Amino acid sequence: MGNETETPRIAIVGGGPAGMRAAGLLAAAGLRPVLFNEAPEPGGQIYRRPPPPLRTVLSPARLYGPDAVRAMALHSDFEAVADRIDHRSGTLVWNIMKQEHGGFRLLHQDADGGQGAHNCDAVILATGAMDRILPMPGWTLPGVWSMGGAQVMLKGQASLVGRRPVFAGSGPLLYLVAWQYAKEGGRPAAVIDASTFAAKLRAAPMLAARPAVALRGLAMAAALRLRGIPVIEGAHADRIEATDTGMRVHWSSSTSSGQIDGDAVAIGHGLKSEQQLAELLGCRSRHNAESGQWLIETDPEGRTSVAGAYLAGDMAGIRGGHAAEFAGELAAWALLADLKHRDNASRRAVLRRKLSRQDRFRRGLEQAFPFPQHRIASLPDETIVCRCEGISASALRRAITDWQPADVNRLKAMSRCGMGRCQGRLCGQIAAGLLTAQLGRTPGDVGHLRAQAPIKPIPGSQLIVEKGAVE
Amino acid sequence: MQNPCVTFHRINAGSDRALIALSIDGRAVTGLDGDTLLSVLIMHRGALRRAEAGGDLRAGFCGMGACQDCWITLADGRRVRACSTLAEAGMAIVTNLDHGQ
Ligand code: FES
Repeated sequence: MGNETETPRIAIVGGGPAGMRAAGLLAAAGLRPVLFNEAPEPGGQIYRRPPPPLRTVLSPARLYGPDAVRAMALHSDFEAVADRIDHRSGTLVWNIMKQEHGGFRLLHQDADGGQGAHNCDAVILATGAMDRILPMPGWTLPGVWSMGGAQVMLKGQASLVGRRPVFAGSGPLLYLVAWQYAKEGGRPAAVIDASTFAAKLRAAPMLAARPAVALRGLAMAAALRLRGIPVIEGAHADRIEATDTGMRVHWSSSTSSGQIDGDAVAIGHGLKSEQQLAELLGCRSRHNAESGQWLIETDPEGRTSVAGAYLAGDMAGIRGGHAAEFAGELAAWALLADLKHRDNASRRAVLRRKLSRQDRFRRGLEQAFPFPQHRIASLPDETIVCRCEGISASALRRAITDWQPADVNRLKAMSRCGMGRCQGRLCGQIAAGLLTAQLGRTPGDVGHLRAQAPIKPIPGSQLIVEKGAVE
Repeated sequence: MQNPCVTFHRINAGSDRALIALSIDGRAVTGLDGDTLLSVLIMHRGALRRAEAGGDLRAGFCGMGACQDCWITLADGRRVRACSTLAEAGMAIVTNLDHGQ
Protein backbone atom coordinates (compact mmCIF):
# COMPACT_ATOMS: atom_id res chain seq x y z
CA MET A 1 0.00 0.00 0.00
CA GLY A 2 2.44 2.65 -1.12
CA ASN A 3 5.18 4.16 0.91
CA GLU A 4 4.86 3.45 4.64
CA THR A 5 5.84 6.99 5.56
CA GLU A 6 3.19 8.61 3.41
CA THR A 7 -0.30 9.14 4.75
CA PRO A 8 -2.55 6.50 3.24
CA ARG A 9 -5.15 7.88 0.89
CA ILE A 10 -8.63 6.72 1.87
CA ALA A 11 -11.81 7.22 -0.12
CA ILE A 12 -15.32 6.64 1.15
CA VAL A 13 -18.25 6.37 -1.23
CA GLY A 14 -21.64 7.19 0.28
CA GLY A 15 -22.70 10.00 2.62
CA GLY A 16 -25.27 8.17 4.74
CA PRO A 17 -24.82 7.13 8.37
CA ALA A 18 -22.20 4.46 7.52
CA GLY A 19 -20.07 6.77 5.37
CA MET A 20 -20.40 9.62 7.85
CA ARG A 21 -19.26 7.51 10.83
CA ALA A 22 -16.39 6.03 8.82
CA ALA A 23 -15.29 9.49 7.69
CA GLY A 24 -15.56 10.83 11.24
CA LEU A 25 -13.26 8.17 12.68
CA LEU A 26 -10.70 8.42 9.88
CA ALA A 27 -10.69 12.19 10.21
CA ALA A 28 -10.11 11.87 13.96
CA ALA A 29 -7.21 9.52 13.15
CA GLY A 30 -5.69 12.28 11.05
CA LEU A 31 -6.12 10.63 7.66
CA ARG A 32 -8.23 13.30 5.94
CA PRO A 33 -10.49 10.91 4.03
CA VAL A 34 -12.18 11.88 0.79
CA LEU A 35 -15.94 11.37 1.09
CA PHE A 36 -17.84 11.08 -2.19
CA ASN A 37 -21.52 11.75 -1.73
CA GLU A 38 -23.99 11.71 -4.59
CA ALA A 39 -26.41 13.81 -2.57
CA PRO A 40 -25.85 17.52 -1.94
CA GLU A 41 -25.91 16.96 1.84
CA PRO A 42 -24.70 14.25 4.19
CA GLY A 43 -27.33 12.05 5.85
CA GLY A 44 -28.18 9.43 3.25
CA GLN A 45 -31.80 8.55 2.64
CA ILE A 46 -32.69 7.88 6.26
CA TYR A 47 -31.32 11.12 7.69
CA ARG A 48 -31.89 13.14 4.54
CA ARG A 49 -32.07 16.87 5.10
CA PRO A 50 -34.42 18.97 3.04
CA PRO A 51 -32.96 21.72 0.83
CA PRO A 52 -32.16 24.85 2.92
CA PRO A 53 -35.35 26.81 2.05
CA LEU A 54 -37.37 23.96 3.59
CA ARG A 55 -35.42 23.58 6.83
CA THR A 56 -37.64 25.98 8.77
CA VAL A 57 -40.72 24.06 7.66
CA LEU A 58 -39.52 20.64 8.76
CA SER A 59 -37.92 20.40 12.18
CA PRO A 60 -35.75 17.34 12.88
CA ALA A 61 -38.47 16.03 15.19
CA ARG A 62 -40.95 16.09 12.32
CA LEU A 63 -38.45 14.68 9.87
CA TYR A 64 -37.03 11.82 11.88
CA GLY A 65 -39.61 11.17 14.59
CA PRO A 66 -38.19 8.92 17.31
CA ASP A 67 -34.79 8.89 15.56
CA ALA A 68 -34.41 12.68 15.78
CA VAL A 69 -31.88 12.61 18.63
CA ARG A 70 -29.75 10.04 16.82
CA ALA A 71 -29.97 11.96 13.55
CA MET A 72 -28.94 15.23 15.18
CA ALA A 73 -26.01 13.56 16.98
CA LEU A 74 -24.83 12.07 13.70
CA HIS A 75 -25.03 15.38 11.88
CA SER A 76 -23.36 17.37 14.66
CA ASP A 77 -20.55 14.80 15.16
CA PHE A 78 -19.91 14.99 11.43
CA GLU A 79 -19.87 18.77 11.41
CA ALA A 80 -17.39 18.81 14.29
CA VAL A 81 -14.75 17.11 12.09
CA ALA A 82 -15.98 18.34 8.71
CA ASP A 83 -12.91 20.53 8.19
CA ARG A 84 -10.76 17.37 8.36
CA ILE A 85 -12.79 15.59 5.66
CA ASP A 86 -12.51 16.29 1.96
CA HIS A 87 -16.25 16.16 1.35
CA ARG A 88 -17.20 15.99 -2.31
CA SER A 89 -20.95 16.41 -2.26
CA GLY A 90 -23.11 16.14 -5.36
CA THR A 91 -20.48 13.78 -6.77
CA LEU A 92 -21.43 10.48 -8.39
CA VAL A 93 -18.75 7.77 -8.41
CA TRP A 94 -19.72 5.86 -11.54
CA ASN A 95 -16.80 3.45 -11.88
CA ILE A 96 -14.15 1.91 -9.70
CA MET A 97 -11.23 -0.32 -10.63
CA LYS A 98 -8.21 -1.97 -9.10
CA GLN A 99 -4.85 -0.39 -9.89
CA GLU A 100 -2.08 -2.57 -11.18
CA HIS A 101 0.23 -1.92 -8.22
CA GLY A 102 -2.40 -1.90 -5.49
CA GLY A 103 -5.01 0.66 -4.59
CA PHE A 104 -8.01 1.81 -6.56
CA ARG A 105 -9.07 4.33 -9.17
CA LEU A 106 -12.49 5.97 -8.96
CA LEU A 107 -14.13 7.82 -11.83
CA HIS A 108 -16.62 10.44 -10.84
CA GLN A 109 -18.91 13.14 -12.12
CA ASP A 110 -18.93 16.30 -10.07
CA ALA A 111 -21.80 18.55 -9.08
CA ASP A 112 -21.02 20.91 -11.98
CA GLY A 113 -21.07 18.03 -14.48
CA GLY A 114 -17.28 17.84 -14.85
CA GLN A 115 -15.54 14.47 -14.95
CA GLY A 116 -12.73 13.44 -12.64
CA ALA A 117 -10.59 10.51 -11.53
CA HIS A 118 -9.35 9.81 -8.03
CA ASN A 119 -6.70 7.34 -6.88
CA CYS A 120 -6.65 5.91 -3.38
CA ASP A 121 -4.98 3.15 -1.36
CA ALA A 122 -8.12 1.84 0.33
CA VAL A 123 -11.83 2.40 -0.07
CA ILE A 124 -14.90 2.07 2.11
CA LEU A 125 -18.04 1.57 0.05
CA ALA A 126 -21.30 2.55 1.72
CA THR A 127 -23.77 3.25 -1.06
CA GLY A 128 -26.88 2.20 0.83
CA ALA A 129 -30.06 0.67 -0.48
CA MET A 130 -33.19 1.30 -2.47
CA ASP A 131 -36.74 -0.02 -2.45
CA ARG A 132 -37.37 -3.64 -3.28
CA ILE A 133 -40.37 -3.84 -5.54
CA LEU A 134 -42.72 -6.61 -6.55
CA PRO A 135 -44.31 -5.30 -9.74
CA MET A 136 -48.00 -5.63 -10.55
CA PRO A 137 -50.16 -4.43 -13.41
CA GLY A 138 -50.43 -0.65 -13.16
CA TRP A 139 -47.27 -0.02 -11.11
CA THR A 140 -45.79 2.25 -13.80
CA LEU A 141 -48.78 4.64 -13.71
CA PRO A 142 -48.21 8.24 -12.63
CA GLY A 143 -49.23 8.46 -8.99
CA VAL A 144 -47.62 5.16 -8.02
CA TRP A 145 -44.47 5.66 -5.92
CA SER A 146 -42.01 3.44 -4.21
CA MET A 147 -42.43 3.42 -0.42
CA GLY A 148 -39.10 5.20 -0.02
CA GLY A 149 -40.10 7.68 -2.71
CA ALA A 150 -43.30 8.58 -0.87
CA GLN A 151 -41.18 9.20 2.22
CA VAL A 152 -38.57 11.22 0.33
CA MET A 153 -41.26 13.58 -0.95
CA LEU A 154 -42.29 14.16 2.64
CA LYS A 155 -38.78 14.51 4.11
CA GLY A 156 -37.11 16.22 1.18
CA GLN A 157 -39.94 18.25 -0.37
CA ALA A 158 -42.44 18.72 2.47
CA SER A 159 -45.09 17.31 0.16
CA LEU A 160 -47.48 14.41 0.27
CA VAL A 161 -47.75 12.34 -2.92
CA GLY A 162 -51.49 12.26 -2.22
CA ARG A 163 -53.90 13.08 0.57
CA ARG A 164 -55.32 9.57 0.59
CA PRO A 165 -52.60 7.24 -0.63
CA VAL A 166 -52.92 3.47 -0.49
CA PHE A 167 -49.82 1.91 1.13
CA ALA A 168 -49.12 -1.65 0.01
CA GLY A 169 -46.25 -4.07 0.53
CA SER A 170 -44.44 -5.12 3.67
CA GLY A 171 -41.58 -4.28 5.97
CA PRO A 172 -40.98 -1.62 8.62
CA LEU A 173 -41.24 1.27 6.14
CA LEU A 174 -44.83 0.35 5.28
CA TYR A 175 -46.24 1.34 8.67
CA LEU A 176 -43.71 4.09 9.26
CA VAL A 177 -44.50 5.98 6.06
CA ALA A 178 -48.26 5.49 6.42
CA TRP A 179 -48.00 6.82 9.97
CA GLN A 180 -45.91 9.81 8.89
CA TYR A 181 -48.51 10.64 6.23
CA ALA A 182 -51.30 10.40 8.78
CA LYS A 183 -49.41 12.72 11.12
CA GLU A 184 -48.68 15.29 8.43
CA GLY A 185 -52.28 15.79 7.38
CA GLY A 186 -52.80 12.90 5.02
CA ARG A 187 -55.40 10.21 5.52
CA PRO A 188 -54.09 6.92 4.17
CA ALA A 189 -56.87 5.11 2.30
CA ALA A 190 -55.55 1.78 3.60
CA VAL A 191 -52.44 -0.17 4.56
CA ILE A 192 -52.25 -3.47 2.70
CA ASP A 193 -49.66 -5.60 4.48
CA ALA A 194 -48.49 -8.72 2.66
CA SER A 195 -47.18 -10.27 5.84
CA THR A 196 -49.52 -12.23 8.07
CA PHE A 197 -50.05 -11.75 11.75
CA ALA A 198 -48.79 -15.31 12.27
CA ALA A 199 -45.50 -14.57 10.52
CA LYS A 200 -44.96 -11.56 12.75
CA LEU A 201 -45.72 -13.62 15.83
CA ARG A 202 -43.23 -16.31 14.78
CA ALA A 203 -40.56 -13.65 14.38
CA ALA A 204 -41.27 -12.06 17.76
CA PRO A 205 -38.40 -13.77 19.65
CA MET A 206 -35.87 -12.42 17.17
CA LEU A 207 -37.46 -9.00 16.99
CA ALA A 208 -37.07 -8.84 20.76
CA ALA A 209 -33.37 -8.18 20.11
CA ARG A 210 -34.48 -4.57 19.70
CA PRO A 211 -37.67 -4.34 21.73
CA ALA A 212 -38.11 -0.58 21.43
CA VAL A 213 -37.99 -0.67 17.65
CA ALA A 214 -40.27 -3.70 17.45
CA LEU A 215 -42.81 -2.02 19.72
CA ARG A 216 -42.65 1.15 17.69
CA GLY A 217 -43.87 -0.77 14.62
CA LEU A 218 -46.75 -2.31 16.58
CA ALA A 219 -47.68 1.06 18.05
CA MET A 220 -47.83 2.69 14.64
CA ALA A 221 -50.08 -0.04 13.27
CA ALA A 222 -52.35 0.34 16.29
CA ALA A 223 -52.43 4.13 15.96
CA LEU A 224 -53.42 3.85 12.31
CA ARG A 225 -56.24 1.49 13.19
CA LEU A 226 -57.34 3.84 15.93
CA ARG A 227 -57.72 6.59 13.35
CA GLY A 228 -60.04 4.35 11.41
CA ILE A 229 -57.53 3.59 8.69
CA PRO A 230 -58.07 0.06 7.36
CA VAL A 231 -55.05 -2.18 7.97
CA ILE A 232 -55.40 -5.38 5.96
CA GLU A 233 -52.88 -8.06 6.94
CA GLY A 234 -51.87 -11.07 4.89
CA ALA A 235 -53.14 -9.37 1.72
CA HIS A 236 -51.46 -8.50 -1.57
CA ALA A 237 -52.05 -5.62 -3.94
CA ASP A 238 -52.82 -7.43 -7.21
CA ARG A 239 -53.44 -4.59 -9.62
CA ILE A 240 -53.51 -0.80 -9.74
CA GLU A 241 -55.70 1.19 -12.10
CA ALA A 242 -56.22 4.87 -12.73
CA THR A 243 -59.83 6.01 -12.40
CA ASP A 244 -61.39 9.36 -13.33
CA THR A 245 -60.80 10.64 -9.84
CA GLY A 246 -57.68 8.84 -8.64
CA MET A 247 -56.21 5.40 -8.19
CA ARG A 248 -57.80 2.07 -7.39
CA VAL A 249 -55.93 -0.86 -5.84
CA HIS A 250 -57.36 -4.35 -6.17
CA TRP A 251 -56.22 -6.65 -3.37
CA SER A 252 -56.72 -10.21 -2.30
CA SER A 253 -55.84 -12.50 0.59
CA SER A 254 -56.33 -16.21 1.07
CA THR A 255 -59.82 -15.58 2.44
CA SER A 256 -61.14 -12.44 0.78
CA SER A 257 -60.58 -9.68 -1.74
CA GLY A 258 -61.61 -6.12 -2.42
CA GLN A 259 -60.63 -2.78 -3.81
CA ILE A 260 -59.51 0.48 -2.25
CA ASP A 261 -59.80 3.92 -3.83
CA GLY A 262 -57.22 6.57 -3.09
CA ASP A 263 -55.40 9.39 -4.84
CA ALA A 264 -51.91 7.83 -4.94
CA VAL A 265 -50.24 4.51 -4.22
CA ALA A 266 -46.98 3.66 -2.47
CA ILE A 267 -45.55 0.16 -2.88
CA GLY A 268 -42.50 -1.65 -1.56
CA HIS A 269 -41.33 -4.87 0.07
CA GLY A 270 -38.44 -3.64 2.14
CA LEU A 271 -35.08 -2.62 0.74
CA LYS A 272 -32.33 -4.03 -1.41
CA SER A 273 -28.62 -3.21 -1.35
CA GLU A 274 -27.05 -0.91 -3.91
CA GLN A 275 -23.87 -2.93 -4.46
CA GLN A 276 -22.83 -2.08 -8.02
CA LEU A 277 -19.44 -0.57 -7.12
CA ALA A 278 -18.44 -3.63 -5.10
CA GLU A 279 -19.43 -5.81 -8.04
CA LEU A 280 -17.34 -3.75 -10.44
CA LEU A 281 -14.37 -4.34 -8.13
CA GLY A 282 -14.97 -8.06 -8.33
CA CYS A 283 -15.91 -8.52 -4.67
CA ARG A 284 -17.27 -12.00 -4.15
CA SER A 285 -21.02 -12.29 -3.56
CA ARG A 286 -23.33 -15.11 -2.68
CA HIS A 287 -27.06 -15.74 -2.65
CA ASN A 288 -28.54 -15.23 0.78
CA ALA A 289 -31.55 -17.50 1.25
CA GLU A 290 -33.03 -15.59 4.21
CA SER A 291 -33.41 -12.35 2.31
CA GLY A 292 -33.59 -13.92 -1.14
CA GLN A 293 -30.94 -11.45 -2.29
CA TRP A 294 -27.39 -11.64 -3.54
CA LEU A 295 -25.08 -10.04 -0.99
CA ILE A 296 -21.43 -9.09 -1.17
CA GLU A 297 -19.42 -11.32 1.16
CA THR A 298 -17.75 -9.54 4.05
CA ASP A 299 -16.18 -10.61 7.32
CA PRO A 300 -17.84 -9.30 10.51
CA GLU A 301 -15.81 -6.08 10.26
CA GLY A 302 -16.65 -5.26 6.64
CA ARG A 303 -13.62 -6.64 4.76
CA THR A 304 -14.53 -7.89 1.28
CA SER A 305 -12.73 -10.52 -0.79
CA VAL A 306 -10.75 -7.67 -2.38
CA ALA A 307 -7.90 -6.48 -0.16
CA GLY A 308 -8.27 -2.81 0.69
CA ALA A 309 -11.99 -2.64 -0.12
CA TYR A 310 -14.46 -2.48 2.78
CA LEU A 311 -18.25 -2.40 2.91
CA ALA A 312 -20.51 -0.79 5.47
CA GLY A 313 -24.18 -0.02 5.98
CA ASP A 314 -27.17 -1.28 4.01
CA MET A 315 -24.95 -1.89 1.00
CA ALA A 316 -23.73 -5.04 2.77
CA GLY A 317 -27.23 -6.29 3.66
CA ILE A 318 -30.25 -4.48 5.04
CA ARG A 319 -29.80 -3.71 8.73
CA GLY A 320 -30.97 -0.11 8.86
CA GLY A 321 -29.53 3.25 9.83
CA HIS A 322 -28.72 2.39 13.42
CA ALA A 323 -26.54 -0.57 12.40
CA ALA A 324 -25.04 1.46 9.56
CA GLU A 325 -23.43 3.83 12.07
CA PHE A 326 -21.79 0.90 13.89
CA ALA A 327 -20.75 -0.74 10.62
CA GLY A 328 -19.24 2.47 9.27
CA GLU A 329 -17.15 2.99 12.38
CA LEU A 330 -16.16 -0.68 12.48
CA ALA A 331 -15.05 -0.75 8.83
CA ALA A 332 -12.93 2.32 9.51
CA TRP A 333 -11.35 0.66 12.57
CA ALA A 334 -10.68 -2.49 10.53
CA LEU A 335 -9.05 -0.40 7.84
CA LEU A 336 -6.89 1.48 10.37
CA ALA A 337 -5.82 -1.82 11.94
CA ASP A 338 -5.02 -3.38 8.55
CA LEU A 339 -2.93 -0.33 7.64
CA LYS A 340 -1.14 -0.72 10.99
CA HIS A 341 -1.97 2.92 11.52
CA ARG A 342 -3.87 2.56 14.78
CA ASP A 343 -5.95 -0.12 16.48
CA ASN A 344 -8.59 -0.40 19.14
CA ALA A 345 -9.37 -4.10 19.48
CA SER A 346 -11.80 -3.65 22.35
CA ARG A 347 -13.85 -1.06 20.48
CA ARG A 348 -13.92 -3.37 17.47
CA ALA A 349 -15.20 -6.16 19.71
CA VAL A 350 -17.93 -3.90 21.11
CA LEU A 351 -19.04 -2.89 17.64
CA ARG A 352 -19.06 -6.50 16.43
CA ARG A 353 -21.30 -7.43 19.35
CA LYS A 354 -23.67 -4.54 18.65
CA LEU A 355 -23.87 -5.56 15.02
CA SER A 356 -24.63 -9.17 15.78
CA ARG A 357 -27.60 -8.01 17.88
CA GLN A 358 -28.74 -5.99 14.88
CA ASP A 359 -28.26 -9.07 12.72
CA ARG A 360 -30.61 -11.06 14.88
CA PHE A 361 -33.17 -8.29 14.58
CA ARG A 362 -32.70 -8.19 10.81
CA ARG A 363 -33.33 -11.91 10.56
CA GLY A 364 -36.47 -11.36 12.62
CA LEU A 365 -37.64 -8.70 10.18
CA GLU A 366 -36.98 -11.01 7.25
CA GLN A 367 -39.11 -13.65 8.96
CA ALA A 368 -41.88 -11.23 9.83
CA PHE A 369 -41.89 -9.58 6.40
CA PRO A 370 -40.70 -12.20 3.92
CA PHE A 371 -40.45 -11.12 0.30
CA PRO A 372 -43.34 -12.86 -1.51
CA GLN A 373 -41.03 -14.72 -3.86
CA HIS A 374 -43.82 -17.17 -4.79
CA ARG A 375 -45.82 -14.35 -6.35
CA ILE A 376 -43.25 -13.80 -9.07
CA ALA A 377 -44.15 -17.06 -10.81
CA SER A 378 -47.81 -16.05 -10.93
CA LEU A 379 -47.35 -12.44 -12.09
CA PRO A 380 -50.07 -11.69 -14.66
CA ASP A 381 -48.69 -11.75 -18.22
CA GLU A 382 -49.39 -8.05 -18.81
CA THR A 383 -47.26 -6.93 -15.83
CA ILE A 384 -44.44 -4.62 -16.90
CA VAL A 385 -41.34 -6.12 -15.28
CA CYS A 386 -38.70 -3.79 -16.74
CA ARG A 387 -40.10 -0.27 -16.64
CA CYS A 388 -37.13 1.27 -18.46
CA GLU A 389 -37.56 -0.86 -21.57
CA GLY A 390 -41.25 -1.69 -21.18
CA ILE A 391 -40.71 -5.49 -21.04
CA SER A 392 -43.71 -7.49 -19.81
CA ALA A 393 -43.82 -10.76 -17.89
CA SER A 394 -45.21 -12.48 -20.99
CA ALA A 395 -42.32 -11.24 -23.14
CA LEU A 396 -39.90 -12.61 -20.56
CA ARG A 397 -41.72 -15.93 -20.35
CA ARG A 398 -41.57 -16.21 -24.13
CA ALA A 399 -37.86 -15.43 -24.15
CA ILE A 400 -37.28 -18.05 -21.46
CA THR A 401 -39.22 -20.69 -23.42
CA ASP A 402 -37.53 -19.84 -26.72
CA TRP A 403 -33.96 -19.48 -25.53
CA GLN A 404 -33.73 -21.50 -22.32
CA PRO A 405 -31.14 -18.99 -21.06
CA ALA A 406 -28.55 -20.42 -18.69
CA ASP A 407 -28.65 -17.41 -16.37
CA VAL A 408 -30.30 -14.04 -15.90
CA ASN A 409 -27.55 -12.20 -17.82
CA ARG A 410 -28.33 -14.36 -20.87
CA LEU A 411 -32.02 -13.60 -20.37
CA LYS A 412 -31.17 -9.90 -20.36
CA ALA A 413 -29.34 -10.23 -23.67
CA MET A 414 -32.28 -12.09 -25.22
CA SER A 415 -35.08 -9.90 -23.86
CA ARG A 416 -33.54 -6.43 -23.18
CA CYS A 417 -34.92 -6.71 -19.62
CA GLY A 418 -32.42 -4.86 -17.42
CA MET A 419 -30.72 -3.06 -20.31
CA GLY A 420 -32.33 0.28 -19.55
CA ARG A 421 -31.15 3.24 -17.56
CA CYS A 422 -31.60 1.66 -14.15
CA GLN A 423 -29.47 -1.36 -15.08
CA GLY A 424 -31.97 -3.81 -13.72
CA ARG A 425 -32.06 -2.35 -10.22
CA LEU A 426 -35.82 -2.86 -10.13
CA CYS A 427 -36.35 -5.77 -12.51
CA GLY A 428 -33.24 -7.94 -11.98
CA GLN A 429 -34.58 -9.99 -9.09
CA ILE A 430 -37.95 -10.38 -10.77
CA ALA A 431 -36.41 -11.61 -14.03
CA ALA A 432 -34.29 -14.05 -12.02
CA GLY A 433 -37.41 -15.22 -10.17
CA LEU A 434 -39.29 -15.86 -13.42
CA LEU A 435 -36.31 -17.82 -14.71
CA THR A 436 -35.98 -20.01 -11.61
CA ALA A 437 -39.71 -20.69 -11.55
CA GLN A 438 -40.09 -21.52 -15.22
CA LEU A 439 -36.99 -23.67 -15.67
CA GLY A 440 -36.90 -25.16 -12.18
CA ARG A 441 -33.46 -23.77 -11.43
CA THR A 442 -32.05 -22.51 -8.15
CA PRO A 443 -31.35 -18.81 -7.47
CA GLY A 444 -27.67 -19.70 -7.24
CA ASP A 445 -27.77 -21.11 -10.79
CA VAL A 446 -29.51 -18.21 -12.49
CA GLY A 447 -27.32 -15.62 -10.75
CA HIS A 448 -27.91 -11.88 -10.73
CA LEU A 449 -27.57 -9.08 -13.27
CA ARG A 450 -23.96 -7.91 -13.47
CA ALA A 451 -23.31 -4.25 -12.79
CA GLN A 452 -21.74 -2.21 -15.56
CA ALA A 453 -19.99 1.14 -15.61
CA PRO A 454 -21.29 3.77 -15.57
CA ILE A 455 -23.45 2.47 -12.73
CA LYS A 456 -25.86 5.35 -13.33
CA PRO A 457 -26.39 7.31 -16.54
CA ILE A 458 -23.91 10.13 -17.07
CA PRO A 459 -25.82 12.93 -18.77
CA GLY A 460 -23.03 14.02 -21.11
CA SER A 461 -22.51 10.61 -22.65
CA GLN A 462 -26.21 9.91 -22.64
CA LEU A 463 -26.90 13.07 -24.61
CA ILE A 464 -24.48 11.91 -27.26
CA VAL A 465 -26.05 8.46 -27.41
CA GLU A 466 -29.58 9.81 -27.64
CA LYS A 467 -28.72 12.44 -30.22
CA GLY A 468 -27.10 9.73 -32.27
CA ALA A 469 -30.28 7.66 -31.99
CA VAL A 470 -32.53 10.51 -33.08
CA GLU A 471 -30.49 11.69 -36.04
CA MET B 1 -51.66 17.95 -21.24
CA GLN B 2 -52.52 17.91 -17.57
CA ASN B 3 -52.98 14.74 -15.62
CA PRO B 4 -55.53 15.98 -13.08
CA CYS B 5 -55.43 12.99 -10.76
CA VAL B 6 -51.76 13.17 -9.85
CA THR B 7 -50.43 16.02 -7.78
CA PHE B 8 -48.41 16.80 -4.66
CA HIS B 9 -49.87 18.42 -1.57
CA ARG B 10 -47.56 20.76 0.27
CA ILE B 11 -47.71 20.32 4.01
CA ASN B 12 -46.33 23.81 4.56
CA ALA B 13 -48.88 25.94 2.75
CA GLY B 14 -48.31 29.54 3.74
CA SER B 15 -44.59 29.23 4.35
CA ASP B 16 -42.50 32.13 3.14
CA ARG B 17 -40.45 30.32 0.49
CA ALA B 18 -39.58 32.53 -2.46
CA LEU B 19 -41.31 31.97 -5.79
CA ILE B 20 -39.25 30.73 -8.72
CA ALA B 21 -40.24 31.49 -12.30
CA LEU B 22 -39.47 28.81 -14.87
CA SER B 23 -41.17 27.33 -17.89
CA ILE B 24 -42.49 24.00 -19.10
CA ASP B 25 -42.79 23.61 -22.87
CA GLY B 26 -42.72 27.37 -23.28
CA ARG B 27 -45.45 28.09 -20.76
CA ALA B 28 -44.51 30.10 -17.68
CA VAL B 29 -44.95 28.30 -14.35
CA THR B 30 -43.89 29.03 -10.78
CA GLY B 31 -42.29 26.79 -8.23
CA LEU B 32 -41.07 27.42 -4.71
CA ASP B 33 -37.46 27.79 -3.64
CA GLY B 34 -36.36 24.29 -2.63
CA ASP B 35 -38.60 22.44 -5.10
CA THR B 36 -37.05 19.75 -7.26
CA LEU B 37 -37.91 19.73 -10.95
CA LEU B 38 -39.87 16.57 -10.20
CA SER B 39 -42.10 18.49 -7.79
CA VAL B 40 -42.59 21.34 -10.28
CA LEU B 41 -43.58 18.96 -13.07
CA ILE B 42 -45.94 16.91 -10.91
CA MET B 43 -47.61 20.05 -9.57
CA HIS B 44 -48.14 21.56 -13.01
CA ARG B 45 -48.47 18.61 -15.35
CA GLY B 46 -49.07 15.54 -13.20
CA ALA B 47 -46.37 13.66 -15.12
CA LEU B 48 -42.81 14.04 -16.41
CA ARG B 49 -42.60 12.39 -19.77
CA ARG B 50 -43.86 9.71 -22.08
CA ALA B 51 -41.91 6.45 -22.05
CA GLU B 52 -39.76 5.75 -25.11
CA ALA B 53 -41.21 2.25 -25.25
CA GLY B 54 -44.99 2.44 -25.53
CA GLY B 55 -45.53 6.16 -24.94
CA ASP B 56 -47.28 5.76 -21.60
CA LEU B 57 -47.02 8.58 -19.07
CA ARG B 58 -44.31 8.44 -16.42
CA ALA B 59 -44.05 10.50 -13.28
CA GLY B 60 -40.99 9.25 -11.41
CA PHE B 61 -41.03 6.46 -8.88
CA CYS B 62 -38.23 6.25 -6.30
CA GLY B 63 -37.54 9.95 -5.75
CA MET B 64 -33.97 9.14 -4.72
CA GLY B 65 -31.92 8.81 -7.87
CA ALA B 66 -32.13 5.02 -8.12
CA CYS B 67 -34.85 4.08 -10.63
CA GLN B 68 -33.81 6.57 -13.38
CA ASP B 69 -37.47 7.03 -14.33
CA CYS B 70 -37.30 10.81 -14.15
CA TRP B 71 -34.73 11.92 -16.75
CA ILE B 72 -35.88 15.08 -18.49
CA THR B 73 -34.43 17.64 -20.90
CA LEU B 74 -33.81 21.35 -20.46
CA ALA B 75 -33.96 23.77 -23.37
CA ASP B 76 -30.20 24.36 -23.12
CA GLY B 77 -29.67 20.70 -24.01
CA ARG B 78 -28.88 19.46 -20.50
CA ARG B 79 -30.31 16.09 -19.47
CA VAL B 80 -31.08 15.99 -15.76
CA ARG B 81 -32.70 13.67 -13.26
CA ALA B 82 -35.76 15.59 -12.11
CA CYS B 83 -35.87 14.08 -8.61
CA SER B 84 -32.35 15.17 -7.78
CA THR B 85 -32.23 18.58 -9.49
CA LEU B 86 -33.41 21.69 -7.68
CA ALA B 87 -35.50 24.16 -9.66
CA GLU B 88 -33.70 27.40 -10.53
CA ALA B 89 -35.17 30.60 -11.86
CA GLY B 90 -35.18 30.72 -15.64
CA MET B 91 -34.95 26.99 -16.24
CA ALA B 92 -36.85 25.92 -19.34
CA ILE B 93 -38.08 22.32 -19.23
CA VAL B 94 -38.86 20.63 -22.52
CA THR B 95 -41.10 17.56 -22.28
CA ASN B 96 -42.62 15.16 -24.78
CA LEU B 97 -45.90 15.10 -22.85
CA ASP B 98 -47.88 16.75 -25.64
CA HIS B 99 -46.68 14.36 -28.30
CA GLY B 100 -49.59 12.06 -27.63
CA GLN B 101 -49.63 8.36 -28.18
S1 FES C 1 -37.59 9.18 -9.49
FE1 FES C 1 -36.24 7.47 -9.44
S2 FES C 1 -34.39 8.33 -10.16
FE2 FES C 1 -35.68 10.07 -10.06
